[in-house]
Amino acid sequence: MFDLLKKVLSPVGPSGLETPVADVIREEIKDCVDTVEVDALGNLIATKLGKGENPRKVMLSAHMDHIGYIVTGIEKEGFLRVTNVGGIGMVNSYNRHVVFPNGVHGVVVAQPVSGQPALKDLFVDIGAQDKDDAKRMVQLGDVCVYANDCFRLGENRVAAPAMDDRCACALLVKLLQTVGETQDTIIAVFSVQEEVGCRGAKVASFAKEPDIGIALDVTGWGDTPGVTLPEIKLGEGIAVKVMDRGSISNPALREALIEAGEQAGVKTQREVLPYGGTDASAMQTSRGGIPVCTISIPCRYVHSACEVIDMRDMDAGLKLLQTYFN
Amino acid sequence: MDLKTLTEINAPSGHEQPIRRALLEELKAKGHQPYIDRMGNVIVVKEGVGPAPRKRVMVAAHMDEVGLIVTGHAEGGFLKVTQAGGIDPRVLISKRVLVGDDNIPGVIGAVAIHLQSAADRARVMGYRDINVDIGAADKAEAERKAPLGTYISFDTPYVEFGEGYACGKAFDDRVGCWTILRLLEEELPCDLIAAFVSEEEVGCRGASGAAFAQEPDIGIVLEGTTCNDLGDVPEAVQVCKTGEGVAVSFMDNSSIVNRELFRKTLNVAEQAGIAHQVKGSVSGGNDAGSIQRARQGIPTIVLSVPCRYIHSPSSVIKLSDADAQFELTKALMAAL
Repeated sequence: MFDLLKKVLSPVGPSGLETPVADVIREEIKDCVDTVEVDALGNLIATKLGKGENPRKVMLSAHMDHIGYIVTGIEKEGFLRVTNVGGIGMVNSYNRHVVFPNGVHGVVVAQPVSGQPALKDLFVDIGAQDKDDAKRMVQLGDVCVYANDCFRLGENRVAAPAMDDRCACALLVKLLQTVGETQDTIIAVFSVQEEVGCRGAKVASFAKEPDIGIALDVTGWGDTPGVTLPEIKLGEGIAVKVMDRGSISNPALREALIEAGEQAGVKTQREVLPYGGTDASAMQTSRGGIPVCTISIPCRYVHSACEVIDMRDMDAGLKLLQTYFN
Repeated sequence: MDLKTLTEINAPSGHEQPIRRALLEELKAKGHQPYIDRMGNVIVVKEGVGPAPRKRVMVAAHMDEVGLIVTGHAEGGFLKVTQAGGIDPRVLISKRVLVGDDNIPGVIGAVAIHLQSAADRARVMGYRDINVDIGAADKAEAERKAPLGTYISFDTPYVEFGEGYACGKAFDDRVGCWTILRLLEEELPCDLIAAFVSEEEVGCRGASGAAFAQEPDIGIVLEGTTCNDLGDVPEAVQVCKTGEGVAVSFMDNSSIVNRELFRKTLNVAEQAGIAHQVKGSVSGGNDAGSIQRARQGIPTIVLSVPCRYIHSPSSVIKLSDADAQFELTKALMAAL
């Protein structure tokens, strides 16, 4: 699983520019599903047909996109002005190493201001001599993300940017590779533009009309100094969402997933997240409404350049889903 | 129909009837068969001249403009109001307005400078402080002439000034409506779904219904957009500049533009020598958000005319930018 995770973490794929991620994932799954397609917004949709009679259609959605900084202006000295794509915090923006899809590197810096710097006070230094030099490397509208730096932390944990939500992409890939024959039809959506409002999942769920929707995403943590909510601990098992700001999980589906976890002999945690939302929100309100839940991988320091997960929780998630579909 | 006529029609969000009626008349006179859908959008489908199967391209501009709406009546016969669409209350003071379908003249009053305290002068007046004076003698007369829910528009005539500039209200987005009318005069290779949509300024509501019903292959949104090319504003944060051509967006708060379409649009503009600029900002949102996420998803792009002082009683555009919007839309449709 770690090698797969590393592979899925590596491509640069900010919201709206997810194709490099889709290319990597497609290679991994193409031999273990019935069809693979890309829709108008760039969602990678893989379908694995169920063997049951009138199989249920279960959509699993893990988003490929990663938060980033988009270039809105170039100063005459060659510095880039940027704004956020998705939820970027100021604290996570000071002197960060970033990279553009074309390989250009940069450092995000906040200029000194009176009071607290805001996004408009950030600039990216790409080592350009002046504006013309900068324009040879980067154009208006280009997007950079935290440069990939994946490393093991202790025995079970892994840190990297883009863990949100590539770890769930890796989990979904692994599920497709290992689940074998299923009664249900699995519609695996590697979705786009979740970080800017679950836009990919909205159109994919309209197109695919699933009977059930399950988002695979990371969730917050409550086990470090000064942080107590949500009551989620790394290494204590895969989380099954009860509610967040975007959706309330269908109770029957939620309990069925928790039960699948019990059958699989893995630890689960009930998750009530006082912020955030996932692709479940978009699936739930698609067409006439769809029962949804979210399987969450506990993740510390979400939306930073060092997002930390525990591989034991990933394994628990995999076993839970394998059991649910078998 | 010219831009002057289009901008001088009063039609804030939710009260598009006056512009809708004018457009219907114009479209029918030109031999088109427009229809009105349940969101109040005006739609015309014009078949292309290219060989089938043809791309179906929705070109959308919104009919509505920002305005005010009556929320109460004060004892002296004054109207209390709030915004329909985003308006900074600071731009409202002392402006002349037209109230309701009968265009009753009104003025947005403010406390005279003689009567202001130092604290008053340091404070920005909000909607709670603002009164619209329609010359009513008392509350009863005000209620009779402008009942709750009455719409109010800016009383701004269209004027052209300087070398090719125009000043007026509602360029956002009558300039887009104007461009669509011009496109309908052309023979284009792909099918043109001309959508004059409602209620953009309050959340891109009309376009949702239009895109769902029409299921286009591609969406092109024509807009008026912010422009901050003023005085000492540093170039990197000016968003775009009047006179530099049509502004092509890469992202705003409602959508991230399809990259392939973005690059293609820039290439078409380069090759055809059409004045264009990349919009250097992510602020605001528009109908592209609704169209892009209709049904199973639709690749969408936004082409805008830069408008100084947008969402105010008086904004300024350069007419050559509107021409560039028309030229680029036409050239792009030929290249799709």
